[in-house]
Amino acid sequence: MAVARTHAVSLLGLRGATVEIEADVSSGLPAFVLIGLPDAALGEAKHRVSAAVTNAGCELPHHKITVNLSPAALPKHGSGFDLGIALAILAADGTIGAASIDRVVHLGELGLDGRLRPIAGILPAVVAARAAGFDTVLVPTGNVDEANLVPDVRVVGVASLLDAVIWHGGEFSPVEVQPILRAAEGAEPGDDTLDLSDVIGSTDSVEAMLVAAAGGHHVFLLGPPGAGKTMLAARLPGLLPELDRAAAIEVSSLRSLAGMPVGRALPTRPPLESPHHTATAAALIGGGSGLIRPGAAARASHGVLFLDEAPEFPASVLDALRQPLESGVITIHRANSVAHFPGSFQLVMAANPCACGQSGARDTECTCTPMAKRRYLGRISGPLLDRIDIQVRVQRITSARVRVSEGEPRLSTREGRTRVLAARAAAGARLGGTPWTLNSHVPGTWLRGTRMRLAAATTASIDRALERGGITMRGYDRVLRLHKRCKLHTLDSSTEGTSWRQTHDEPRRSTSANPLTFKKGWTDSASVAPRSQRPRASR
Amino acid sequence: MAAKDDLGRRGETLAADYLADAGMQLVERNWRCQQGEIDIVLRDGDETVFVEVKTRSSLAFGHPLEAITTAKLARLRRLAGAWCEAHPGQYRGIRIDAVAIVVPAFGAVLIEHLRRVF
Repeated sequence: MAVARTHAVSLLGLRGATVEIEADVSSGLPAFVLIGLPDAALGEAKHRVSAAVTNAGCELPHHKITVNLSPAALPKHGSGFDLGIALAILAADGTIGAASIDRVVHLGELGLDGRLRPIAGILPAVVAARAAGFDTVLVPTGNVDEANLVPDVRVVGVASLLDAVIWHGGEFSPVEVQPILRAAEGAEPGDDTLDLSDVIGSTDSVEAMLVAAAGGHHVFLLGPPGAGKTMLAARLPGLLPELDRAAAIEVSSLRSLAGMPVGRALPTRPPLESPHHTATAAALIGGGSGLIRPGAAARASHGVLFLDEAPEFPASVLDALRQPLESGVITIHRANSVAHFPGSFQLVMAANPCACGQSGARDTECTCTPMAKRRYLGRISGPLLDRIDIQVRVQRITSARVRVSEGEPRLSTREGRTRVLAARAAAGARLGGTPWTLNSHVPGTWLRGTRMRLAAATTASIDRALERGGITMRGYDRVLRLHKRCKLHTLDSSTEGTSWRQTHDEPRRSTSANPLTFKKGWTDSASVAPRSQRPRASR
Repeated sequence: MAAKDDLGRRGETLAADYLADAGMQLVERNWRCQQGEIDIVLRDGDETVFVEVKTRSSLAFGHPLEAITTAKLARLRRLAGAWCEAHPGQYRGIRIDAVAIVVPAFGAVLIEHLRRVF
């Protein structure tokens, strides 16, 4: 009769905590007690472990078995503790050496036949195990590829409980089993198929997407149906630089946590998430009772979150994005725990100008009343719009424009990405010595500080807009941020005198509406901005 | 007598011998009252020990100890009280033990004794 211990990982959000599994076999009538705040799935581990141990050809002790998951106060979820529980019991009973399992982390769900089933969230769990100082992890064969993505840790894949027992020195003859693998994953549509050169005509919009990609700015695309909003948004991830290793592990971890397949290699391209407009707040930012799962916004971290038909989303769902947009972190509070997910996505929203979609289109008539128009875009709240740096009006392409642009060279995704990389490098150099790397991360205090301050004459018009209440202080800072991006010609190095640069090189003072073109860009401010935010002079 | 009763009877004898070898004095076997039957009553020092014996011929249907359920133990606890009432005297303490016996067709008999199971 003895005690044996091993380790597993409990995930809360992306953070994992190592959990010590202690098993005690003591004199008493046969019983199996599992303590340490297990949820329903984990509570059923008793039955899975009993059946799996017997069917693997080992024997459970006919005494009182007590399994404790420590720290006992931390709630634990899911079926990933099965393997650790089974091995701890067998070690306590003397079937395998207690010293062998002590320094190893065991993850995996047991099938009744003793085979190991792959579990979700292996990647963040292995990352947590390594961070806690463990160098060996036993995982189900179906999870080996995923676990191998974590560097500097020895990953041992086992197909069944018997394999694990033999690995730990149990004297059994191996039995060949068919390992359980994850369901075959469908091929991910690469964004290579979506090239920027497919976009015809709307040079302004393309430039705006480049600026957004270079500075990490959020974008609002407004235009009639068929203007190419979705097309533009889908090409934004292609313009972003490749993910670095830390970001790639985070992206994969979130996919893993959401139960989505993670390939054999770390992803190199930023993710694109485009939830449907019927999504709930929990689907978008994450949630769920018990195990808190990441939502679309978290999965879009380091990539693009595209909300097509943004006004059709419930207002409460859109406003749930306000906090992650500001802080870059999604925090989900539940009664017994708080989960944090990364939320550093780039938001792209697309909307029609009105319910019929024809408002502002050159060739057709809008049938909406002014009130209906206001109500339609009013569904996107002011505070949310205030957090969006770039607002672009996308126009439908006319047949004349198509014919004109046939001969013109069009910017390809590859060229665009080169420019974005150059711009980011320049921004990095400019922001050297500061904790920020992207324009959109820079706080307004720094922009308004002595080092970067613009001439009073340059900012006169936005100063006035601020005084009048036409823009908020946050909006003011966002105009400054965009100005930095454009003024430094970082995007214009390869194309001479694009319309973007001509229009937006400096906040112009010629008309008082123009300083806001960065922020209120090409939008029809009369229909987008709430009345109080509208720059008066533009009317 | 059915084969299973025969096996049970044999198991109880084995258990009584085993416990006697362990230094306990046999007081009574198969004490019956309206509520049921106590397999073995012994005296171990100051304590009176009530023993439930479970015998099986193989482990094919599980370990004999697994068949001693909470309900069975609760009944034994009531029977212990009834026994004490029927046998007035000084009782320093009572104890309920379980003995599991496996009697395979071939090979050695396995006896396992658990003290204070309830």
